[in-house]
Amino acid sequence: MTRERPVAPYAVTDSPEETARLERTWHSPGGLLGWFTHVNQRMIGKRFIITAFCFFLLAGILGILIRLQLAGPEQQLLGPELYNQFFTMHGTVMMFFFAIPVMEGFAIYFVPLMVGTRDMAFPRLNAFGYYVYLIGGIVLFGSLLLSMAPNAGWFNYVPLSSKLYSPGYGVDVWTTMITFIEVSALTAAVELIVTTLRMRAPGMSLNRMPLFVWAALVMSFMIVFAMPAVIVSSTLLILDRLVDTQFFIVESGGEPLLWQHLFWYFGHPEVYIILVPALGMISTIIITFTRRPIYGYTALVLSVVAIGFVSFGLWVHHMFTTGLPQLGMSFFTAASATIAIPSGVQIFCWIASLWGAKIRFATPMLWVLGFFAIFVIGGLTGVMVASIPFDTQVHDTFFLVAHFHYVLIGGAVFPLIGATYYWWPKITDRMMSETAGKWSFWLAFIGFNVTFFPMHQLGLEGMPRRIYTYVEEMGWGDLNLLATIGSLVLAAGFGVTLINAVWSVFRDRRAEPNPWGAPTLEWAADSPPASYNFRHIPMVESRWPLWDWEKAGERAVVTGLRNDRREVVLTSILDAKPVGVQVLPEPTIWPFVSALAASMGFIGIIFHPVFFVIAFFLVAFTLVAWFWPRRPWRDD
Amino acid sequence: MSFSKHKRSTGLVGATAPLLAACEGPQSALDPAGAAADLIARLWWPTLLVATLVTLLVLSLLAVAVLRARRKQTAMPLNARQSRNLVIAGGIILPLAATIPFALSSFSIGRVIDAPLPDDAMTVEVIGKQWWWEVHYLDEAGERIATTANEIHIPVGEPVRFLLKSDNVIHSFWVPNLKGKTDMMPGRTNVTSVTADEPGVYRGQCAEYCGTQHALMAFLLVAEEPEAFDAWLEGQRQPASAPQTQAQVDGQQVFMQAGCAGCHAIRGTSASGDEGPDLTHLASRRTLAGATVPNRTGHLGGWITDPQHVKPGNKMPPSELTPEELTTLLGYLEGLE
Repeated sequence: MTRERPVAPYAVTDSPEETARLERTWHSPGGLLGWFTHVNQRMIGKRFIITAFCFFLLAGILGILIRLQLAGPEQQLLGPELYNQFFTMHGTVMMFFFAIPVMEGFAIYFVPLMVGTRDMAFPRLNAFGYYVYLIGGIVLFGSLLLSMAPNAGWFNYVPLSSKLYSPGYGVDVWTTMITFIEVSALTAAVELIVTTLRMRAPGMSLNRMPLFVWAALVMSFMIVFAMPAVIVSSTLLILDRLVDTQFFIVESGGEPLLWQHLFWYFGHPEVYIILVPALGMISTIIITFTRRPIYGYTALVLSVVAIGFVSFGLWVHHMFTTGLPQLGMSFFTAASATIAIPSGVQIFCWIASLWGAKIRFATPMLWVLGFFAIFVIGGLTGVMVASIPFDTQVHDTFFLVAHFHYVLIGGAVFPLIGATYYWWPKITDRMMSETAGKWSFWLAFIGFNVTFFPMHQLGLEGMPRRIYTYVEEMGWGDLNLLATIGSLVLAAGFGVTLINAVWSVFRDRRAEPNPWGAPTLEWAADSPPASYNFRHIPMVESRWPLWDWEKAGERAVVTGLRNDRREVVLTSILDAKPVGVQVLPEPTIWPFVSALAASMGFIGIIFHPVFFVIAFFLVAFTLVAWFWPRRPWRDD
Repeated sequence: MSFSKHKRSTGLVGATAPLLAACEGPQSALDPAGAAADLIARLWWPTLLVATLVTLLVLSLLAVAVLRARRKQTAMPLNARQSRNLVIAGGIILPLAATIPFALSSFSIGRVIDAPLPDDAMTVEVIGKQWWWEVHYLDEAGERIATTANEIHIPVGEPVRFLLKSDNVIHSFWVPNLKGKTDMMPGRTNVTSVTADEPGVYRGQCAEYCGTQHALMAFLLVAEEPEAFDAWLEGQRQPASAPQTQAQVDGQQVFMQAGCAGCHAIRGTSASGDEGPDLTHLASRRTLAGATVPNRTGHLGGWITDPQHVKPGNKMPPSELTPEELTTLLGYLEGLE
């Protein structure tokens, strides 16, 4: 079947032979084996997004099972063992295998398009990061099917997670797979930083960068500084478990609090790593659906950067009940309350932008409006738990469960679903149904609040987290039943979007290249973008290039790039002045093989340390093949 | 299992309508019966009020913006100065105005709650186990004078010092009606103090995930008048009463021979195991299995016969006793007043 690609407006006319040549240069090989060689950023980005949503679905099912178990007192649906595995997996998968990868996926797909380049800085590293993530996720979920799943919580506190109290392979799987997934996050972060700083279209100075790109940049820097802490802590733990080091063993002078410091030094920035790109998505959607420049671009950028910095000074507020000195902890109260300022600035910049605008109430905008309602509540309960005395009552209760679901679902998942509706026509060239989108939103919005709002009260009534049952006399049954009913409605809401997305692919409703009238560069590419993203690298003169071109009726492009090899323009960091041309590498199987070799080490080490040595040499070998220099006599 | 507080004549919480009497409860942070919990509850209500107002303010601004957008055909945006003022008022002044008083009052409440106790305050040592609570009463010299489990008695109106320890994983000691939680960290001794202002039976529960049976690791905290408390403590200090009847003598035999003594201690007998709770005054306790079931003959028999049914995954093995042995054993245990 052949079909016509919708042609982007302001397309520059060009010789078809040259375009075909460019297409061949950037082409990804077909076939099953070819699939494993792909390196183009859109292929990898799409895989990250789809895989992450699969994990969202699986972990969501676990969440529903947890809710069913808690629907009434002393229920027998799941025993304590299974329940503990399920809540551990629910948290771990949602945080590590859904939230971060899906945000990275959107960033990998859209940052190069939004900054107007043809691929990312290190395409092969990108592919490597994806395979590492995929294998890590499959192994972790496979452990659940083999009844080898971790059950020490997503926070995996020692000494509960030590060999003595968690024998068996569950915690080993958790520890190694977390280290593994962090490697994947780091590759994506390095990739995004370099792409953003050095490959923007000429003229896109830092102060013209789209807000989503700013958010992705801040997210990437946060990943670079936060992830090493958890890699260190999980490495120390796996050494304790496998080769009997004593970092966390009290009897030998080890220190369980060390784990908590290292884990939360990563774990608190982690929630902002998830939130920050969502903030960028909200700004993106608000700009497009009000069809005018956003108010407070600079304030919005500074707020996101401030959130990035401050988030590294909050970790102790997860440890207010551990018996640390009061005075030291009170600094973290103050720092935690400070977050209210950049968050408030953003919210009011958005309100100022919405005020008096002609808003187009399409589905993406609806999810953003839902974000406001939920996120404000989640933010305020966040300030509450920054108080040490109040936190000693609600810490590790359902009040906290309510709080962080308000922040993470309201703050990140709602904008994410909105962004999915928003960018769907660019990714697939189809429009999703608006009617189904609105049904999905209202079901999710109502279901969400019915599920999580009562949990505030349950927590204040003394219901702790992570309990598989409770005795009838506690009187928590009614609100728990209500929450369970709400969770089914919430799941139905997300389910409608899933059906909507799948259905749209089979329904022949083609999207125009820029259906929402957005101002950013990704909408100047075809839908879906061609393998080379842009036939000509655009020139940028403001924050809203497409609106400029619409007004001017013409546009400037970069010429002179060769079509017979993968060339991209390098620009300077601040002003995006063109400084050179970079040739990007071709598709290859080696990142995949390298990821397989690394996985063998990470999985094998659970069973015997020798696998680490074997995998070390195998990875070294694959890296040699990966970086094998191109023959200098070939002019390519 | 029943809880009683002087406010309520009948204590069964399940009988009270949960939604209406939502804040009351044997384990509710908003039904304070001690100074610390009371201060925190007093912090909560104004905080809730301010938070509600802020939420309403932001959402009504948003609602007005959206409704205007629906009604008006042409765009009427704010000018730059209006926008700037809105962002400064809402994004900077509002958060500061809301959080500074909140942070300051929470600092001052924190200072009051954690004020040091007088040196002569009574000291109770609580050790978190998987999944129950070992309780020791200490004299002025720090020597253990009485040992019990899963039920702590304190005199009303007197501050009591708790030394919180764990020799296994992390647990957290929490009686919401009286005070916020403090973790029990292996290798450390955390100290907290509890003062009950009203007599009653309060429920405490482990608040740090500690493994399979984290869910059913609870205890009762009984606050009683000082005279009643002194009598209780005097009783707990005594060794177990000797078996009175032949059946109880047989029951003690069963206890010693069936392996119970390997894990449980009964002071005054040769049973001195320390894996499980001290049973010297088992019959004086209100509940079994970490405040999971009431301490009645049927429950005790069920617990001994098949503990994994009552609390799956707990560390007590099932016992294979003949019905006669079980009967005599129960007779003996129920004599341990």
